[in-house]
Amino acid sequence: MPFLIRQTLVYAVPLMIVALAGVYAERSGIINLALEGIMIFGAFMGVLFVHMVQQWGWFQSAYDAKNYLALQGFCMLAILFSALLGAVFSLLLAFAAINLKADQTIGGTALNLLAPAFVLFFIRIIANQNTLNMYTGDSASWFMLKKAMFGYGRTEKMGFLGSTFVDKVYVATYICIIVFIIMAIILYKTRFGMRLRSCGENPQASASLGINVIKMRYAGTVISGALAGMGGFVYVLTTANCSANGEVAGFGFLALAVMIFGNWKPGNICGAAFLFGLFKCIAASYSTLDINGDGIYALKNLNINTNIYRMLPYVITLVVLSFTSKSSRAPKAEGIPYDQGSR
Amino acid sequence: MNKASFLDKEATRSVLASLLAILIGMLVGSIVIVIVGLTNPSLGIKGAWEGIRLVVGGLFATGRNTAGKLTFGFNPTSFGNMLFRAVPLIMTGLSVALGNKVGLFNIGASGQYLAGTAGSLYVALTLPTSVFPAWLVWLIAFLFGMLCGALWGAIPGLLKAFLNINEVLACIMTNWIAANVVTWFFDVSNLKNMLEGTKSGYVYKTSTVLNDVVIEGVRSTVGAAVPEGATVTATRGGVATAKMGLDKLFSGSQVNAGILVAILIAIVIYILLSKTTLGYQMKACGANRYAARYAGIRDKRNIVLTMAIAGALSAAGGALYFLSGNTEFFWNTYQSLPAEGFNGIPVALLAINNPLGVMFAAMFMSMLQICGQKLTELTAYNEYITNVIIAVIVYLAAFMLVIKTWIAKLRKGKAVSR
Repeated sequence: MPFLIRQTLVYAVPLMIVALAGVYAERSGIINLALEGIMIFGAFMGVLFVHMVQQWGWFQSAYDAKNYLALQGFCMLAILFSALLGAVFSLLLAFAAINLKADQTIGGTALNLLAPAFVLFFIRIIANQNTLNMYTGDSASWFMLKKAMFGYGRTEKMGFLGSTFVDKVYVATYICIIVFIIMAIILYKTRFGMRLRSCGENPQASASLGINVIKMRYAGTVISGALAGMGGFVYVLTTANCSANGEVAGFGFLALAVMIFGNWKPGNICGAAFLFGLFKCIAASYSTLDINGDGIYALKNLNINTNIYRMLPYVITLVVLSFTSKSSRAPKAEGIPYDQGSR
Repeated sequence: MNKASFLDKEATRSVLASLLAILIGMLVGSIVIVIVGLTNPSLGIKGAWEGIRLVVGGLFATGRNTAGKLTFGFNPTSFGNMLFRAVPLIMTGLSVALGNKVGLFNIGASGQYLAGTAGSLYVALTLPTSVFPAWLVWLIAFLFGMLCGALWGAIPGLLKAFLNINEVLACIMTNWIAANVVTWFFDVSNLKNMLEGTKSGYVYKTSTVLNDVVIEGVRSTVGAAVPEGATVTATRGGVATAKMGLDKLFSGSQVNAGILVAILIAIVIYILLSKTTLGYQMKACGANRYAARYAGIRDKRNIVLTMAIAGALSAAGGALYFLSGNTEFFWNTYQSLPAEGFNGIPVALLAINNPLGVMFAAMFMSMLQICGQKLTELTAYNEYITNVIIAVIVYLAAFMLVIKTWIAKLRKGKAVSR
């Protein structure tokens, strides 16, 4: 059970944060189909940051001295860096969609094509192979919380809460949850958030009240890029041993589905992300999953093909959407370029 | 202003816009190459210059001479491979272009391509060639692949028409479902290549001859060479697209008659869209679904039909590519979708959704792929730079359409004021 919850968190958290990225863009009126591309870009930049800083030897002494606080700080810096670069990358979409009034779907598709191409081009030049790894060590030994850090011995148990939420968990996961809560509150409880949302519903009305729609849409897209970039890095950090290879296994598109599934509302998105995370987790590890700790792999004994578990999140999305699409609460002005003249 | 010259101008403007996009894409690619060359001491400005020449003219590259200089000339292998690789791109490009004409963004070409691949491979490797002639098996496999793709493409169409689910989302979901279904299908099938030990994860080539044999009461499958004492119950495989002399024209390449089939289909789609009532109704739905319904056009039927045809087109791309007999399908696709599906999007955009333009855009894209290949072979750069160029072209295409509608609006405005 601790393993199941821990693994579900690992898959659910990137989905959650990237889906919120989608909400920020769409609530400001820009369809961000480029989430996948921004994730790929952010993941590459974060891994590159870790790779370079390790190469320069800046944190080697901290690692040797087992100074976990410094290593966690290093991890935070990498997350910040990937968020920053994700934001910069999303400016491409913002410029095309806001200033040039471009087709946002095609613009997003362009970014989705650009990110893996660009990333793989540089990975091949830097690493001479298709994957960029950490310069030294692995992500678990550098960034993961372990019971040894809290004075527990190899054979000692940490209890249910400890082994679920502390042992073998990345702090980055909790950072994402905190950022998710803060950003959700900003979107709903602050003046800025409400103004941003108004631009996705009726930009002309917002403009008549003195809100700068163009600025707000830029803000929405850039915040979206930062969150997606960060989500991308956290995804590869926690599931791919901090290595970038120009793909995030369709997580960006899945996050888009989570966003629509969650009806553009942070609370629902949280629930949807956990549902998807659970299925991802089951698909990845059902054959060794011991849910109630009795030593029997119940799901394996059901004898269902792996591919069924793998496709379940997508099938469920379609089924649920076919029941709920009539009551969908998509932002009214999303995808429509803002034209000051049309009132 | 008379009508003909205006149309001429419109067409020229479209072609010019696409050429401009290509030019800027190439320019951005070259800039990246130069920057990388200057920061990388092993490449230098000389390496960068070689890289740029290969990106632009890689199709004509013939290798390096003894002095280590790049040589250029007519390269029949590259030309033939360009034509061969253009086939799936033409088909997925047509699929996306047809969707765009009807106002549907078909991002599901990958899944439909996979459906067509699986369907055609299944028939080509299962129908006994000892009973049916090989050309008939090829034809049935091709048509069955298209049928699979049409059914798969119809799913997002149905969801869009009757449940109002955004087709982009439905397409993305069906893509991943297709990837898993296809993996599952081949996982449990007996079409995995077991004869060649080094080929793990691949399905047999359709040209492989398989014999179902009974040796001392035990059933098994062997290749063309049947061991002594075995009874052959059925012969399968040995199916490949006709070459029609193209392999002699372009020696050493994989080209076959598939390119002719693709061009023929492009012409059929052109006629469908511009000369038939059905095509007119489809385009009317794309222009304004509700106005079309008011005019008595069955919009829901047209949406489903469009997606089904688009699915069949993508599927035909997969079928033509893998029925060629010299390509192998890697069946474990659940983690990554085939790039041909997504490359249909830039092809359609570059061709401004014109079925005849799609042929040229696809040739251009496959030429870029050859250039990338040469770049990897001959320099320290790699093929992904051509994908960067393609992405830049798509990015430009996003507002190329906007600029053109803006010009059209300007003209309309003038007409009114006059």
